[in-house]
Amino acid sequence: MSTPSTNEPSLYAAREPIFPRRVKGQFRTLKWWLMAVLLGIYYITPWIRWDRGPNLPDQAVLIDMANRRFFFFMIEIWPHEFYFVAGLLIMAGLGLFLFTSAAGRVWCGYACPQTVWTDLFILVERWVEGDRNARIRLHRQKWDAEKIRKRLAKWAVWFAIAIATGGAWIFYFTDAPTLLWDLLNGTAHPIAYTTMFILAATTFAFGGFAREQMCIYACPWPRIQAAMMDEDTLTIGYREWRGEPRGKQNVPGNGDCIDCMACVNVCPMGIDIRNGQQLACITCGLCIDACNDMMDKIGKPRHLIGYLALTDETRERSGQPAKSVWSHVFRLRTIIYTSLWSLVGVALVVALFLRTEIDVNVTPVRNPQFVVLKDGSIRNTYEMRLRNKHGDDHWFAFSATTQGGEVFVLTLEGEDSLKVKVPANETRTQRLYVTAPAGSHAAISDRTEFRLWIEDLGSDTVPGTDRVHHDTVFNGKVQ
Amino acid sequence: MCAKQVKKEAQQVETTGHAWDGIEELNNPLPRWWVWVFYACIAWGIWYTIAYPAWPLLTQATQGYLGSDMREDVAAEIKRFDDANADIKAKLVAAPLTSIATDDTLKQFAVSAGASVFKNNCAQCHGSGAAGVQGKGYPNLTDNDWLWGGDVEAIHTTVSHGIRNTNDPDARYSEMPKFGLDGLLDEAQITQVVEYVLQLSGQEHDATLAAAGQTLFVDNCAACHTETGAGDRTQGAPALNDAIWLYGGDRETVTATVQGARYGVMPSWAGRLSEDEIRAVAAYVHSLGGGE
Repeated sequence: MSTPSTNEPSLYAAREPIFPRRVKGQFRTLKWWLMAVLLGIYYITPWIRWDRGPNLPDQAVLIDMANRRFFFFMIEIWPHEFYFVAGLLIMAGLGLFLFTSAAGRVWCGYACPQTVWTDLFILVERWVEGDRNARIRLHRQKWDAEKIRKRLAKWAVWFAIAIATGGAWIFYFTDAPTLLWDLLNGTAHPIAYTTMFILAATTFAFGGFAREQMCIYACPWPRIQAAMMDEDTLTIGYREWRGEPRGKQNVPGNGDCIDCMACVNVCPMGIDIRNGQQLACITCGLCIDACNDMMDKIGKPRHLIGYLALTDETRERSGQPAKSVWSHVFRLRTIIYTSLWSLVGVALVVALFLRTEIDVNVTPVRNPQFVVLKDGSIRNTYEMRLRNKHGDDHWFAFSATTQGGEVFVLTLEGEDSLKVKVPANETRTQRLYVTAPAGSHAAISDRTEFRLWIEDLGSDTVPGTDRVHHDTVFNGKVQ
Repeated sequence: MCAKQVKKEAQQVETTGHAWDGIEELNNPLPRWWVWVFYACIAWGIWYTIAYPAWPLLTQATQGYLGSDMREDVAAEIKRFDDANADIKAKLVAAPLTSIATDDTLKQFAVSAGASVFKNNCAQCHGSGAAGVQGKGYPNLTDNDWLWGGDVEAIHTTVSHGIRNTNDPDARYSEMPKFGLDGLLDEAQITQVVEYVLQLSGQEHDATLAAAGQTLFVDNCAACHTETGAGDRTQGAPALNDAIWLYGGDRETVTATVQGARYGVMPSWAGRLSEDEIRAVAAYVHSLGGGE
C-alpha cells in the first residue's frame, strides 16, 4: 500500500496539447488510402442514383423515415423486415469481435470516424500552420496578426469540412439533389438545418479540439475491447528487450533505442508506446513508421516497435523467433468468429432471396370470436395487412383451403369481388370474412385450421407471380 | 498489458492510498474541460428552476418566469389535432352518408374516428367488439340482422335519436304488448304460440301445439312480426324465423318474452356527440360486417 503524497496534486488537469509530427511509411500510406476510401464512401453514397420505377425514389441509399422505407440499391426494407437491419448489426458486432481478437484496436486506429476525421483535421492543421515544430512555436506565440490569421484560416477550413460532414449526413434521409437545392436557397426544413449544424458543431469540436479525449474519456469501446483481446492478439508493442537500455547509439551496453522520441512526436494520442500497451493507444501504427524510419537511418533492423502479440514477447525474450502474423490471425477463436459472421451473412442473403414482393399479415379478430348469421351460418373475421412492394398497383386475390375439405365462403369488407387493388409500394388493411354454412363441421366445432392463400394477380398490364399463404384458425359455435 | 509499465515511476502518478490485493487506485486528475461541463450543468440547473415551475411552496410551486404550463401545452396540442382534422370533419359532415364508403380517405378517417367514439360511448352496452351481450338484449352489431335497418342511413338515424328513450321525440319507438301479464292470452294459448315460434325458427317443437298456435300468431303477432315471422323494420319488430335472438330463442325465454314483452332502450346521441362523430360511428358500425 502506497501512501498519498504530501504535496497534493491538483484535482483538475488541462489538456496537454498534442502536435503530431508528419511521418511517412507503410502504415501512414495505408491510412491515407483508407481515409480517402472511407470519406469517399461517406460523401458520395447519397449521390448515387438507382432507377426503381416511377413511384419510388431513385436514390441508391435512402433512409426514408416519412414513408418508413429503407432503400439500399436493389434492396428495399420495410419496417416489418427490420430483422435485416438487426442481422446487419449482429454482423457488424461479430466483425468487430473478429477484428479485435485478431488485430486488437484495428477499428480505432484505421476506420473509426473519430480517427479518420481527426486525421483529416490534423492534415488541414499542418497545411495551414506547418509541421510539429512550427505548430508548437505558433502555440507559444502571442496572439499577433500571424497567429490570428493562421488560426482563423484553419478554423475556416475545419468549419467547411464540418458543414460538409453534417450536410452529407442529412442527404441519406431525403433526396440529395432536391435537398441540396433547398439548403442553398434557404427553403429546406428547419430540422435539416438543425441536424446539419448540430453535426457540424460536433465534428468541429471532436475533430478539432476534443480529438484523443473522445477516445480516452468518452468512448466505451476501448474498455470493451480489452475484454476481447488475448495473448495472441496482435497489437503494437515496443521490443523492450531489444531497445533497453535506451541511450546513445554507439555506447556499449545500450539497446537499439536511441531515445530520439520520434515515436512520441508522431503519436496522435500523445503517448509513449515504450511505456507498454495502454488504454490511450489506438494502434494506428504511426509510431512503427517513425521508428522504422529511424532504424533505417542508424542502420539497425526495423521493427523495434511493431505489431506483436503477448506470446511473441515470451518467445523473443527466450531467443526464439516471433510467430508469423498469420498464425496469430488464424486461430480457433477467430475462425469461430468468422464462421458465426458468415453464418449470419448467409442466413440474411438466403432470407433476402426467399422473400416475396408481396407480403401479408393475417390477424383473426377474436372480439367476438365468431358471429352467428341469420341463416345460422358462422362467420369469422380476419384483419389483413396486404403489402405490395412493387412499383405499380397490384391486384390481390384470396382463397382458403382446409385438410378436411371444409367449404368456406370468403367475402371482403366493402368489396363485391374477392380481389382488391393494393397501391404501389403501400400497405392496405382489409377485412376478410370467412363463413362456414349452418350445421357444417367447421360451424359446430371449436377450432378448424385452414390455410389462407393470397395470390398476386399482378398489375393491369403485367401478370403477378407470387403466391403466399397464411395458416390460421376458424372458430365455430360448439352446440 | 503487453510490456511492463517501464516508466511508471517517472510518471509520478499519485495513488489514493487504496490498495486491494496489490491493485492500487491511481489518483489521476480530472480533465479540466470536464469540470467546466460540470459547472455549466449546475448553472443550467439553477436557471431551469427559475425559468420553469420548480420549488414547492405552501399552496403551489414557483411558477417560473417563462410561464410554462403543461395543461396549456396539452390544450394546444389537442387544438392542433382538431385544427388538422377540421377539413376532413367538415367534408364528412357535408358528404352524403352513402358516399362515405366509396371515398377511401373519408372512409379511413370515419372508421378510425368512429372506432374511438364507439369505444368511449357505445362499448358499455354493445361490447368493445360490438358483439353486444348475447341473450341480454344488447344487440350484436357485427351480424346481418337489424331491428331498425342496417344501411348507413338507418344506423345514423338510430345513433342520432336512439330507441324508446323519453328525451328525444324522434327516437325510434314501438312496444310489444305484454300478452301474459295483461291477460291478452292465457297460459295454454301462450304455450301454443311459443311452439309455433319455435317451428318458425326451425327449432324442435310440438307440431300439434304449433298448429294451434299458428292461428293465434296470425291474429295477435303477425301485424308486427308478419305472417312468415320475417319481422318488420319500420316497427323494429324482430324476425322470428332466423337464428338470431336478442333475448334468447329457447322455449323458456320466448315464453317469458310473450308473457311480459321486452322494452330495450338506447339513448339519443344527437346532443352528446357532434354530427361528425355520429357519422363516423355510423360508418364504423356499418363496416363491422353486417352493413347493408
